[in-house]
Amino acid sequence: MTVSVPAPHSGPAAGPRKLKVATASLSGCFGCHMSLLDLDERLLQLAELVEFDRSPITDIKHCGPCDVGLIEGSVCNSENVHVLREFRSHCKVLIAFGACAVAGGLPAMRNGLDVGDCLKEIYCDRVGPGGLIPNDRELPLLLDKVYPINEVVRVDYFIPGCPPSGDAIWKYLTDVIAGRMPRLEHPMLRYD
Amino acid sequence: MSEIPNSFTLDGQLVPFEPGQTILQAALAAGHYIPHLCSSPELKPHGSCKLCTVVVNGRHGSACTAHAMPGQDVQSDTPDLNGKRRLQVQMLFVEGNHFCPGCEKSGNCKLQAVAYDLEMLNPHFPHFFPQRPVDASHPDILLDRNRCIMCEQCVEASRDIDGKEVFGLAGRGLASHLVVNSPSGLLGDSALEAGDKAANICPVGAIVHKRVGYAKPIGARDYDTLGIRAQARAAAEGEGP
Ligand code: SF4
Ligand code: SF4
Ligand code: FES
Repeated sequence: MTVSVPAPHSGPAAGPRKLKVATASLSGCFGCHMSLLDLDERLLQLAELVEFDRSPITDIKHCGPCDVGLIEGSVCNSENVHVLREFRSHCKVLIAFGACAVAGGLPAMRNGLDVGDCLKEIYCDRVGPGGLIPNDRELPLLLDKVYPINEVVRVDYFIPGCPPSGDAIWKYLTDVIAGRMPRLEHPMLRYD
Repeated sequence: MSEIPNSFTLDGQLVPFEPGQTILQAALAAGHYIPHLCSSPELKPHGSCKLCTVVVNGRHGSACTAHAMPGQDVQSDTPDLNGKRRLQVQMLFVEGNHFCPGCEKSGNCKLQAVAYDLEMLNPHFPHFFPQRPVDASHPDILLDRNRCIMCEQCVEASRDIDGKEVFGLAGRGLASHLVVNSPSGLLGDSALEAGDKAANICPVGAIVHKRVGYAKPIGARDYDTLGIRAQARAAAEGEGP
């Protein structure tokens, strides 16, 4: 599928400025990022329109001023909160990308359980080495509950799906890049 | 004296009806979809979800309970009503625990299908993440209250069709929940059988059959290709003259 994308607002003589895009996976499975790779040859088209800042694709560790931020995964520990806030303060447009970021997703299935009980069950109640709950300053603390990202910061747009299909991502991103109101309809709109 | 024709207008289109039909029944028979969740053709409408709210001659009413009358002017597919319907569906999502990616009803679920139709992109409201018990005591049927939208279809079907009164709603407001009529309160001790209407009418994944989950692959499920609105149109065309 090819979609013609108007160039982003261009400067007088400098040619179209590339949009800066940052992406991150909080408590996600990286499935949404894999789906981003499902853009296949459209990735080349995308590369002409955008430049990646912080992202698993570039391995840049901190996000600078960006036009678009894509967040996969829900908010499950203190590090997720820091990364999410960094994205919110640096990205003009923040997009929740996939079921976990949009609605909590599978990580949020632990919300019916006590987090202390979960840790105890996993690290203490099983036969095998250790028997201690890992406790190191390097490890981020778990939150009491897992939250969709819009329950922690303001979010501009949402792409549901577990993961969203490459086509849905393409439709949505090209809408945003072209300055259109992004729209997803069935069957591209899916929650699973 | 000329006869008044049995028809009304729905979003400006003429819809014929049989005397006694509700606005929803007449609209569906003519292939016009009005979003609805708690009504089913086999049950007496009781108008609890309010998703089918339409504006009839300037006044709001439930299309599933309001009788069709000659000359009515009915508005349904308007940005205002659809926006309100979307909010209602979003409230249903955050009030329960709807993890569609792992739900065996996904792709066959009416709540999900209506949400797609209304282009719901997120649940909007803070999630309640309520604690609701799952009842797996029955040999053939699983009751997962996390996904129950309290539409009462199982209650009515059990009472009026199966003649058993297996289900009931208890509590009020936020504390409303589905209860089972058995000495232990468990489904396994109730009179419910897999062939009962009540075991086969749930629009969501709250009452599901065991051992058949995920049997239909993605792509072949009820709403994978045709959305709920397109299916309503196709059904009316199939039954039409
Ligand atoms: S019952 Fe429907 S809306 Fe709820 S989780 Fe299952 S598929 Fe999703
Ligand atoms: S179990 Fe299903 S049919 Fe019964 S009230 Fe809940 S959602 Fe409705
Ligand atoms: S379908 Fe009419 S109120 Fe639920």
